[in-house]
Amino acid sequence: MFEDIQKLIFGRLTLEDFVHEPIMAGAGISMVAALVIAIIAVTYFKKWGYLWRNWFTALDPRKIGIMYLIVSGIMLARGFADVMLLRAQQVLNDSPELLNADHFQQIFTAHGSIMIFFVAMGLISGLFNLIVPAMIGARDVAFPFLNSASFWLFAAGMILINAPLVVGEFSAAGWLAYPPLSGIEFSPGVGVDYWIWSLQIAGIGTLLSGINFFVTILKMRAPGMTLMKMPIFVWSVLCSSSLIMFAFPILTATLGMLSLDRLMGMNFFTSDMGGNPMMYINLIWAWGHPEVYILMLPALGIFSEIVATFSRKRIFGYTSMVIALLAITVLSFTVWLHHFFTMGSGASVNTFFGIMTMIIAIPTGVKIFNWIFTMYQGRVEFTTPMLWFMGFVVTFTFGGLTGVILSVPAVDFQLHNSLFLVAHFHNMIVGGVLFGAFAGFTYWFPKFTGFTLNERIGKYSFWFWVIGFFVAFIPLYILGIMGATRRLDSYDPSLGWEGLFIVAGAGAVLVAVGFALQVLQVVVSIIQRKKNQVGGDPWGARTLEWSTTSPAPEYIFAEIPTVTSRDQFWEMKQQKKDLRTPLYTDIVVPKRSGAGVVIGILALLFGLAVVWHMVWLVVLSLIGTIITLIIRLTNDSPDEILKASDIAKHELQRGTQ
Amino acid sequence: MNDTPEEIAVKDRKMFGFWLYLMTDIILFATLFATFAVLRNATAGGPSGAELFDLPFILVATLILLTSSLTVGLAILGSTRGYKKQTLFWLIATFVLGAAFLGFEVYEFSHLIAEGYSWERSAFLSAFFTLVGTHGLHIVVGLLWLGVMIFRLWRFNFRKTDINRLALFGLFWHFLDIIWIFVFSVVYLIGGIA
Repeated sequence: MFEDIQKLIFGRLTLEDFVHEPIMAGAGISMVAALVIAIIAVTYFKKWGYLWRNWFTALDPRKIGIMYLIVSGIMLARGFADVMLLRAQQVLNDSPELLNADHFQQIFTAHGSIMIFFVAMGLISGLFNLIVPAMIGARDVAFPFLNSASFWLFAAGMILINAPLVVGEFSAAGWLAYPPLSGIEFSPGVGVDYWIWSLQIAGIGTLLSGINFFVTILKMRAPGMTLMKMPIFVWSVLCSSSLIMFAFPILTATLGMLSLDRLMGMNFFTSDMGGNPMMYINLIWAWGHPEVYILMLPALGIFSEIVATFSRKRIFGYTSMVIALLAITVLSFTVWLHHFFTMGSGASVNTFFGIMTMIIAIPTGVKIFNWIFTMYQGRVEFTTPMLWFMGFVVTFTFGGLTGVILSVPAVDFQLHNSLFLVAHFHNMIVGGVLFGAFAGFTYWFPKFTGFTLNERIGKYSFWFWVIGFFVAFIPLYILGIMGATRRLDSYDPSLGWEGLFIVAGAGAVLVAVGFALQVLQVVVSIIQRKKNQVGGDPWGARTLEWSTTSPAPEYIFAEIPTVTSRDQFWEMKQQKKDLRTPLYTDIVVPKRSGAGVVIGILALLFGLAVVWHMVWLVVLSLIGTIITLIIRLTNDSPDEILKASDIAKHELQRGTQ
Repeated sequence: MNDTPEEIAVKDRKMFGFWLYLMTDIILFATLFATFAVLRNATAGGPSGAELFDLPFILVATLILLTSSLTVGLAILGSTRGYKKQTLFWLIATFVLGAAFLGFEVYEFSHLIAEGYSWERSAFLSAFFTLVGTHGLHIVVGLLWLGVMIFRLWRFNFRKTDINRLALFGLFWHFLDIIWIFVFSVVYLIGGIA
């Protein structure tokens, strides 16, 4: 009787689920402690109202962007802590044992999922929000409320993926959870469910923000900005958003089917009753490969802006840059099978996908050459963003070459699932996406804060990252060729791999120092913000977002500029036109709204309820979501108007500061 | 009733954004269709579509849903001309037809389950229930949306935003019809006759 009631209320949650082994418990306790300290601090300084009014309910894309960056920064630390544990275990090699096999599996699964979904995606989404509207001469994104909902769904997914540190366990099935391992038969616990619903919720947020930015770019550009006058970064966001719209529904459907297998006993991907596990692997990579380019394209766009700015030259080969982006966008859907050449599709299918994979290297190569030609005969300034670019070119090209090696099916049969592969994709994601995001962060930091980051610490951090990166991953290439498989928690000492694992571990420590220096850089820069204060245009930049003040007012542009050139701001400076025309009009801005936060909380509750089989909470959170949506969507006055006279006053004040 | 340029721009954005959402939904359905196509013959010794489907029954359900596309079209025509009564009448007709279609689907599902052919029986049946069920779920969402809209049109006397939203709802409803035509052809006709 008592047990029945308990089951009804708590589903399969019991008190034992809160008990963890020491390392996980330590992580969980420190996470909860940090949260409690943060809550106490906010309460003590009476900042709840401020946070709620100015941040949580904000619909201003730049505030949402900053919140994305903060979440991603914290998740980068979490993902990094994971990897240090993995490397330590591999160095110790079970003497003494640091992590048992199951815990090791949970950690590499968490590392992969968090780094892709909550670090790389978060950094990219943050930069979309911070930069895109200003860069196209718009005041906001197309759907401000939807944007806030996207962020809070992302945050809900983030909390859900970290919840296993406190209650339950995480998936041990790898970052893409291949069935039948991830099916209910072999993973009966809550781990895979946590993984599914964290990604599902965050993924829906991403899909919505893909639609949002696609509409923003196509419908809200300043007058005169034709498609071929858009900055390359905007092009890259456009391509990335269209990839999101094509790829993420596949993820939603695939995760949905895996979940139905687990929850309702369906047989999509089981190994009996007609189920087909390879179907899952095809579907997940039909999303997964484009996902790589969803992350990669914006990074390529960021570098295009940075190289042009710091070479004091127009970007070389603008048209070919755009064509290359579009080519990558299309081709990214024709290569997914190279993730499983060993499936046994036969020589002709493997050959097709092998060749397509090699072809995709061509547009990427075009871009590398274009950047180098942009620098050629330019007056290149080696600022921190530019250093990240140089590091990127070397790392990314290196990773690209190893990728072409892997694209040969015959070679792939040897290297499949080896550490060679692990080194390759870290080469691309760290060297490409992460360096790109860091470069963009440093470059645009003064845009949204009004002061620059400390250059000296930034440069130290850069060198630790780049050198550490190669020290960490070159050994993995060698180990991979020697036959070390990925996801290896222990190995026979007689293989003689220990030395290389120690070098790789040392590299990870160097990167950790680089990351710590980045945190220090931000802290020091905030403390010295008076000293590093800059005007609207600290870098001598070329694109529109720098033509307003830094940080820009809520409405970004008092008057929407008219565009006549690709490097509009550069032209404006050359012609010495008065940049701020005093023709003020009323501006409509959205009122702040708490509905996004509410939807995020309800999504989180829904996720927890499904994971723990609490039927009543599933129903309740769904009803809550429907009611919230109805209330929000039938709100007849979601906007407010800023009066032209107030804007004029405001602009005058800014001018005299 | 004249719109300001700002209002026209917002309307335009919403229309475009909604079209894009529909395209992403098509991809979601495409994934389910592809899965169904792959697993169509994976009956694991259980019944195939030809043994399970009652084609005349499904044909009636199909005709009901297609008729609801006509009624929603008439409602939108009415709303753009400001005919309140006609609009409400045709919207309520749409609601009734949609609910009837849903009733047919629930009946079919419960019938199959009662006979012991639930989604657990084979991969084919998992794919069938998921594909048809996802369409049904969309119909449920559509009915909810329609219900709220009927209430608002009746209560608030035809606000501009409501009329714009009605156009979006029309798109959504026609979209569900198109998806159903594919379900009817791919799942029931090909599966039921082969």
